[in-house]
Amino acid sequence: MQLTNRRKHIEKKPMTLMERAYLPAVTKGMLITLKHFFSKKATIRYPEEQRPFSPTFRGLHVLKRDEQGRERCTACGLCAVACPAEAITMVAGERKKGEENLYREEKYAVSYEINMLRCIFCGLCEEACPKAAVYLQADKMAPPRFERDEFIYGKDRLVEPVDPNARSKRGIQLTPEQAEALARRMAGIEA
Amino acid sequence: MGTSLFYFLTFVALLSALGVVFAKNPIHSVLFLILTFFAISGHYLLLNAQFLAAVNIIVYAGAIMVLFLFVVMFLNLNAETEPNKPALAKITAAIAGGLLLFVLIAALRNVNPAGADLATFDSQIGMVNRLGLVLYQQYLLPFELASVLFLVAMVGSVMLGKRETGERNF
Amino acid sequence: MEIPVLAWQGLVILAVFGITLLIATYSTYAERVVAAFLQDRVGPDRAGPYGLLQPLADAVKLFTKEEFFPSGANRWLFVFGPCLAMTTALMASAVIPFGNTLIFGNGTEIRLQAIEVNIGMLYVFGVVSLGVYGIMIGGWASNNKFSLLGAVRAAAQAVSYELAMGMALVALLMVTGTLSLREIALQQYNGLWNIVYQPLGFIIFIVCAFAETNRTPFDLPECETELVGGYHTEYSSMKMGLYLFAEYINVFVASAVMSTLYFGGFSFPGEHLLYDVLLKSQGELFAHNTVTILGTITLFAKIFFFIFFFMWVRWTLPRFRYDQLMRLGWTMLFPIAIVNILLTGAFILFFGK
Repeated sequence: MQLTNRRKHIEKKPMTLMERAYLPAVTKGMLITLKHFFSKKATIRYPEEQRPFSPTFRGLHVLKRDEQGRERCTACGLCAVACPAEAITMVAGERKKGEENLYREEKYAVSYEINMLRCIFCGLCEEACPKAAVYLQADKMAPPRFERDEFIYGKDRLVEPVDPNARSKRGIQLTPEQAEALARRMAGIEA
Repeated sequence: MGTSLFYFLTFVALLSALGVVFAKNPIHSVLFLILTFFAISGHYLLLNAQFLAAVNIIVYAGAIMVLFLFVVMFLNLNAETEPNKPALAKITAAIAGGLLLFVLIAALRNVNPAGADLATFDSQIGMVNRLGLVLYQQYLLPFELASVLFLVAMVGSVMLGKRETGERNF
Repeated sequence: MEIPVLAWQGLVILAVFGITLLIATYSTYAERVVAAFLQDRVGPDRAGPYGLLQPLADAVKLFTKEEFFPSGANRWLFVFGPCLAMTTALMASAVIPFGNTLIFGNGTEIRLQAIEVNIGMLYVFGVVSLGVYGIMIGGWASNNKFSLLGAVRAAAQAVSYELAMGMALVALLMVTGTLSLREIALQQYNGLWNIVYQPLGFIIFIVCAFAETNRTPFDLPECETELVGGYHTEYSSMKMGLYLFAEYINVFVASAVMSTLYFGGFSFPGEHLLYDVLLKSQGELFAHNTVTILGTITLFAKIFFFIFFFMWVRWTLPRFRYDQLMRLGWTMLFPIAIVNILLTGAFILFFGK
């Protein structure tokens, strides 16, 4: 019975004299390796050279601030609900008087934690966020660490710095062409 | 310097030869035997017989002793597995060895080694080309017969290694 | 102050010793780079410019590793094994003629060869045949079954391939008529290279050289897929380093012997022409010395090519199975070598040399 037509019938024949002399086959193999000797090397010398990220790469999260440097997050919990890996926990609090320059909304996240060991970097939190507060950066990865608790990122490591110059530019950095292509694709999905 | 080298080599040869007999471990025996061959090769070199020295190393130390070592390594020789030899065997061995010693002494007792005459001594006598000329002129027939014997042995070993028809071909 | 010829010769011996060690050191680096290049990688390039200090880093690593003795091992022989491997490997480079003579202004003539013996070829052959003892003793003394298997394989392989190698050399001897490596080199200096007379012998010789140096495709004594590490499974620290080092020295010596015996040694095309031109313009001394130095450089170029060839083969061919190895040695190389002797004899008989 033959299920596919890809089956190859292999028969073990005794080697011919040419094959037993080994040398022709050896020469052939040596020429192949010699060709590779001069071919372009695939190595990326890491610290000096870095592999470019994919344009849709989703890396380490960041909690954004708005134009006036206030935290955008309002601790609505939608990201935690959207998260399939249940990596996000938060505690909401009410903004006190005098804190308007710190938090944009009246309700804000007192603590906001993402467990990077649970996170699968799917980006659903980013899509769920109504305040455009959480983004997955295109150029940063969660670095390896020795202890488990070091992977639980609190607000101290998630919220971007107040100084705009020190901030990562944007969640996803696209070239104009890529942005256009993405817009077209999104339009297609919506239609 | 030649004399002291001679004494040193003789000392090494005798000591390691005794080591061959007295070593408990057969591997050590084999290694001592190799050392003995080296010392003897050194003697050949002192006698200006370079070819003999090199061939002694290649054939005895390089090939035959490798096979000795090869076989001895396969034997599981521990003190526990050593069979208890009966007293009769020990006595027989002692008598046989003693007889051999007796015969050797008897044979060598009256030998008067002919000292080399410095005036007529040919220092090149042990060189390869001299040896070759002697072997291929004076002793041509025995030499060729021996070489045919070796050739037969080699062909025989190749024949033994040949695959028989119908043998499994992995 | 007059420097006696013997002192110069002592200097040459030291230089040969040093060069052998240096080349073996950098062979470890070259092996990794060649392996990487053949596999589309770049190899070690971190220690120093282009990774040139890598051998140093390796040595430091090996020296600082823990010195380990397996339980039940024979301590003396366990240490003796790597020492012997290293010693026999180093001994062989002593008789290789690295060049013709250098003549100084006062008429002193020194040979670029550590020692000249008139049985140089037999000497190399003998020393190479002793090389297997280091492996055997080390493998046996480790008190490890894998090591023992590696040692036993090494012994059987060395003895089998020595035979075919010796037969290939006999045919070469019939052509050259001398055992001295220097004279063989000089003959090729004045005539054609021996590869012209002995192409078949060279192929047999190079295959046997691979087997004798335990290099892939004949590295069964240390094949890691079957025997973990073979004879050096239990070795650590610099004792392990000595074994690895001895292998590279053996590769260097094998390359040097092959270049000398079959590829003209220190001769290069057009040397007589160059000599004549220099003789007319610069005088005899300068002409002779220039040709000698160029010849030495050529010899090293040949040696480096063969070292590269060893590595190239290693990273191309898979390892032979043990029965294939024995079959190749006994039923192919050995009869071919005998046929080669017969053919050579017939040629010499009918055509002269």
